[in-house]
Amino acid sequence: MAPANKIKPKEFYPKGRGVDDTVLAEVRQILHDRALGRDLLIEHLHLLNDCFGELSRPYLAALASVMKLSMAEVYEVATFYHHFKITDALPGGAKKITLRVCDGIACELAGAKKIYADLAHRLGTEVNVIHAPCVGGCDKAPVAVVGENQIFGATTETVVENIKAKRTEPKVPEYQDLQSCLDEGGYKVWQNILQSGLDADKIKSELDRSGLKGLGGAGFPVARKWGFFEKAKGVKYVCVNADEGEPGTFKDRHILESRPHQMIEGALIAARVIGSEDIYIYLRDEYSGVRKILTTEIKALQKSGLNADIQIHLRRGAGAYICGEESAMLESIEGKRGLPRNRPPFPAVAGLFGKPTLIQNVETLFWLTDILTNGADDYINRGRPHFYSLSGRVKNPGVKCAPSGTTLRRLIDDFAGGMADGHTLKAFLPGGASGGVLPSSEADTPLDFGSLDHLGCFIGSSAVVVFSDRDDIKDVCRNLINFFKNESCGQCTPCRVGCEKMATLIAEPQWDKNLIDELAECMRDASICGLGQAAPNPVISSMRFFGAEKS
Amino acid sequence: MTKQISFFMDGQRVTAEPGESIWDVSRRLGRTIPHLCHKDHKDYRADGNCRACVVEIDGERVLAPSCRRQPEADMKVVTDSPRADKARKMVVELLLADQPDRAHAHDENSKLWQWAERMDLTESRFPQRSTKPDCDSSHPAMTVQLDSCIHCNLCVRACREIQVNDVIGMAGRGADARIVFDLEDAMGSSTCVACGECVEACPTGALLPARKQQFDDTTVNSLCPYCGVGCQMTYHVKDGHIQRVEGRDGPANHSRLCVKGRFGFDYIQHPGRLTKPLIRKPGTVKGLSENPMDNFREAGWDEALQCASGGLKSIRDEFGRYALAGFGSAKCSNEEAYLFQKLVRQGFGSNNVDHCTRLCHASSVAALMEGMNSGAVTAPFTAALDADVMIVIGARPASNHPVAASFIKNAAKSGKTLIVIDPRGQGLVRHADYHLQFTPGRDVALLNAIIHTIIEEDLINKDFITNRTTGFDDIKRHVKNFSPEKMSAICGIDAVTIRTVARTYATANRSIIFWGMGISQHVHGTENARALITLAMITGHIGRPGTGLHPLRGQNNVQGASDAGLIPIVYPDYKSVEDDAVRKIYEDLWGVELDNKTGLTVVEIMAAIHGDDIKGMYILGENPAMSDPDVSHARAALAKLNHLVVQDLFMTETAQYADVILPAMAFPEKTGTFTNTNRQVQMARKVVDGPDGTRPDWWITLAIANGMGLNWHYDGPEDVFLEMKKTMRSLDHITWQRLDDEGAVTYPCPGDDVPGDDILFGKSFPTKDGRAKLVPAKSIAPDEMPDDDYPYILTTGRLLEHWHTGAMTRRAETLSSLEPVATVSMHPETLKKMDIEPGDMIAVASRRGRVELRTRIQPEVPEGMVFIPFCFTEAAANLLTNPNLDPFGKIPEFKFCAVRVEKI
Repeated sequence: MAPANKIKPKEFYPKGRGVDDTVLAEVRQILHDRALGRDLLIEHLHLLNDCFGELSRPYLAALASVMKLSMAEVYEVATFYHHFKITDALPGGAKKITLRVCDGIACELAGAKKIYADLAHRLGTEVNVIHAPCVGGCDKAPVAVVGENQIFGATTETVVENIKAKRTEPKVPEYQDLQSCLDEGGYKVWQNILQSGLDADKIKSELDRSGLKGLGGAGFPVARKWGFFEKAKGVKYVCVNADEGEPGTFKDRHILESRPHQMIEGALIAARVIGSEDIYIYLRDEYSGVRKILTTEIKALQKSGLNADIQIHLRRGAGAYICGEESAMLESIEGKRGLPRNRPPFPAVAGLFGKPTLIQNVETLFWLTDILTNGADDYINRGRPHFYSLSGRVKNPGVKCAPSGTTLRRLIDDFAGGMADGHTLKAFLPGGASGGVLPSSEADTPLDFGSLDHLGCFIGSSAVVVFSDRDDIKDVCRNLINFFKNESCGQCTPCRVGCEKMATLIAEPQWDKNLIDELAECMRDASICGLGQAAPNPVISSMRFFGAEKS
Repeated sequence: MTKQISFFMDGQRVTAEPGESIWDVSRRLGRTIPHLCHKDHKDYRADGNCRACVVEIDGERVLAPSCRRQPEADMKVVTDSPRADKARKMVVELLLADQPDRAHAHDENSKLWQWAERMDLTESRFPQRSTKPDCDSSHPAMTVQLDSCIHCNLCVRACREIQVNDVIGMAGRGADARIVFDLEDAMGSSTCVACGECVEACPTGALLPARKQQFDDTTVNSLCPYCGVGCQMTYHVKDGHIQRVEGRDGPANHSRLCVKGRFGFDYIQHPGRLTKPLIRKPGTVKGLSENPMDNFREAGWDEALQCASGGLKSIRDEFGRYALAGFGSAKCSNEEAYLFQKLVRQGFGSNNVDHCTRLCHASSVAALMEGMNSGAVTAPFTAALDADVMIVIGARPASNHPVAASFIKNAAKSGKTLIVIDPRGQGLVRHADYHLQFTPGRDVALLNAIIHTIIEEDLINKDFITNRTTGFDDIKRHVKNFSPEKMSAICGIDAVTIRTVARTYATANRSIIFWGMGISQHVHGTENARALITLAMITGHIGRPGTGLHPLRGQNNVQGASDAGLIPIVYPDYKSVEDDAVRKIYEDLWGVELDNKTGLTVVEIMAAIHGDDIKGMYILGENPAMSDPDVSHARAALAKLNHLVVQDLFMTETAQYADVILPAMAFPEKTGTFTNTNRQVQMARKVVDGPDGTRPDWWITLAIANGMGLNWHYDGPEDVFLEMKKTMRSLDHITWQRLDDEGAVTYPCPGDDVPGDDILFGKSFPTKDGRAKLVPAKSIAPDEMPDDDYPYILTTGRLLEHWHTGAMTRRAETLSSLEPVATVSMHPETLKKMDIEPGDMIAVASRRGRVELRTRIQPEVPEGMVFIPFCFTEAAANLLTNPNLDPFGKIPEFKFCAVRVEKI
């Protein structure tokens, strides 16, 4: 609970903590003439958080007043997201640096626990040292983030050095900007639409032929999804899900840090086909470098007029994996807590702001552009390629573009230079934290949508994390369940309580298999969204393939 | 979604009514599916988070929450499959894991434990969490014990969607998410207004009333005694005392309550309850004293009644019929009001009968009678939910009609336009699209400017004006000089806003106007109301759903008391006492000749006492020694009376001037009918026995009447109601039985088996020509403007937690602890200018009086104005107020007088 303010007899003040006039003036100044719509709450919280490095309660009260929201509405949103730190200070002193040490599974394999302990001990009070869930740098594990600056292959020394030098800005890699993209033949399909008009049917049938599936994790056929909008009337929205958060996934980051316009073109085409004038790109806040890229490129696009009558809005996440779940993402764009929605209604009927909304993953749009540019046949002939994020105990982790259905064996041997020295393949995650754990005996099974159903697993976002004989499957489970426990939105009983209880049950040396099975069944059957439904997967598959319940 | 849907449930073909969920259908067919986060009430949205209600739907991978899910044609639903059963049971088992065991539960009979029991669950196999939230007992009315919270979010919906007080949130995430108040402040330090909706909604006992509860002996359905909303309540009784109160689903409140109704019922048990008749000891001085009981001796009922009626009779016999007057009560039943005015008219022999409506909506009613020949609202406040635009002017319903305000907020939240016109900020402003903080006392300038705009920009409803009104040309001529540009400097609102508001109101499909004391309690109160009536009439925003005129009636039965004729100029149902034909009806009914002159009103009566015209009074359930303007003058008048009979629950300020005090029963101790602001006549039932020695008000009035030789005989309130029906057409088709069965019937009611008419005047007005009369509103300045000697404006009014003069609420423990101290509210700049801090003791003085009290910092109050509520006897605001009256309504200008503020 908030510490009591200096004791004031309540009778002489209006109810509640009130708003400080000086703080109110300051907040008004910071907001300047920005719009104050409810959906901009998270954007404005970022504004204050960027300014002060924290969100202190007097400032939250002032923001509520300016936005004509209640304090509770603002507070419950601010506290939902990991990147907002709530304090009671009236900021005045120097901004404290926040150091986030990633504890994602790939980073844990790379020694994150020890690095965290060392840094916490060394930096203790001068720096805010906290854990962070997978920050999408798995191929460069372990990762520690100084402010917004991700340190790859972090060591205690390199981190301390960056802190001392106050290097908190993100690194922006070389990427294909608008001009380069145009020079290299990009935006061909889009410009053709602008010049010659839209042949929606042709586009949809090409997509259908290609068999393109959503690559965010669900694998839903794209053409079929677009079909839901045929009868939709009135205002519609397109949302690009760039909240890549599944541990072990970093492919969208790769795309946005190299060829962002291939994604943007796909989004523009999608918007045209369904009849939308607004694209919202929801970007995870951990990808600060990408944010700089997209901000610059969207501006350039608008300046060039290439976006025609379509507005592109960039919205920041604020540290919540669940906002990668499409309906939670919509809630977040609306400025609320990222709570997945009960469905029906589905987004195609009532999505963003209650309007029909098309949601696609970054990579899906990337391939969409490819298919429409080079043709579905070309895409099919290349084996319907997509990006596998490969990390863990391999020599050369990274984003691997491979045909759908590539096996683990091929990924390790042909794409990653084999297992890391001194490591023998033992197990792997085919699809991040949610897709289950498979034994090495499945190394030759194709990794595609549906191909692992008989094993109770799935590829999801194709986040492949490789484990060796040096790794304890139980500990892997504990890491993954801990992740779900921390990331659960908390809305429904099976997930909120289930993840917490599951974590306690598997902390034991010996696991109560029967109770865990019962719990897993309830989570699978009755959770509102995929997080709760999939969370038991690592544990169930570990028991099935590794007898992990035994001590 | 207007069709029925046919589908399969557990193998049977069933039909869902439009809008029904699977859960609704199941319940209707006899099986209640387990549910925790779903509250079975039409106003509560189903959230589907607890998952205790999940069912299987053929073809769907995961189970579906039946509370939220609407069936589709031919859908196959299985509610009792092993898979669904297992999941629901596991949900409850998971929730039990972190609960205190049943023996130590905060509420061992909570919905959670009831469902656990039905599922044969007594404990959980899951390990308990190691940390537990602390108990928050910072609020006097409610206890927060979140170790029992199951995150169902019912309290969040209660606070944010039902009552829209917006205090409660669910902060954080995952298993660490928790219920918070404001910015995670203690409940007692938060903006919580203690409506208690969250306590009512909580299914686990995490939120409970602070008073420890025991199992009830019995429950009784009745009403709330406080305001004109007329909430229906269920009283829970144990050992002859009211233990707890619960909201009931009445047409005015939808099971909602406010802090007064919910937590303010204990005044009836206050040790100060009068239980014996009292007669003044000779030689004592009439006035307020430290130990008023010392001035009286106890007496038996016979002696006291003899003394009371005897005294009144002898004054009538000696000084004539006009030497007596009576104040009836707006808090007693319709029957009691009817008997009182009958006593005055038949027994005293004059029409000198009045009640506190005089101090409240008298000017509104004067204008409404003049314009439409109807003294009541044209639509209930729930019509806000059907409106597109709502104007709330001179009213602060979030404090004074909180449940009515909740519907206004519901409408605003759903996207309807809300325009608040109030010189002070208030609870509705955050939800409002426009807040016109105009110059105090300049309402007519503003309203006429709005009317001017509507006419000038041709936004009038020509058909309505032509067919349904008279006098439009007078209006048009009159407002010519009231352009927004000219009026802007006078009323303090810029011309652009005035025009925008005018257009918004006029061009909407459905617009409705709510108003209160800010309109009526002025010397130009009737002018104000005339302008509001004009607004509605020239735009045709009356007589249709979502439109109309609604003066928010204050007291729980001020509408009923006025309807029953507790007014000096009219008989029941507003028939003029000067109308020979009507008078004859009553003469025949009551068997006596009746006076044909209008009587005196409340404030005029005080003047008449000073003028030696009135020498004796009977005051029932009124407290003019606190509620009259220039109250020291009024008190002096009371002291001057030869004979004053006061009937009340407590030794009120007025009782301290009495010659005889008769101890009455309180609201929950008697049965009768009451009429709320919506024209809903409702039945209030006796819940508990009155203390030994008290008598019901109707019984006492009856005894006094008989003591004066009137020879009345009534078996009880129902008898009186039957007599009322003889002359009151407003009660046609409304019988006592109907009220007992149905709880509420709106008047006018067109038939025995049909509901009454919510929306009035869709076709014509009850005037001679069927048309409404438009009367131009003159712009008259407030009577006493600030000057160099008295540079501040004093405005008076109420507080959420206190009721009017405080007679009841200052004797209710929870309410008085929430607002214990008299304060004067001032803007921060005002405090700064005077170099005073909140909490400092200062003096506020007018030409009539002076009070000393502490300051409260309140940004809502504009600079140049101070606000004092009139509920604190130790700093009685009415010592300062101006008794000058509106000429038509005879209502004093409580809302505006000149004061100075001094440091002491």
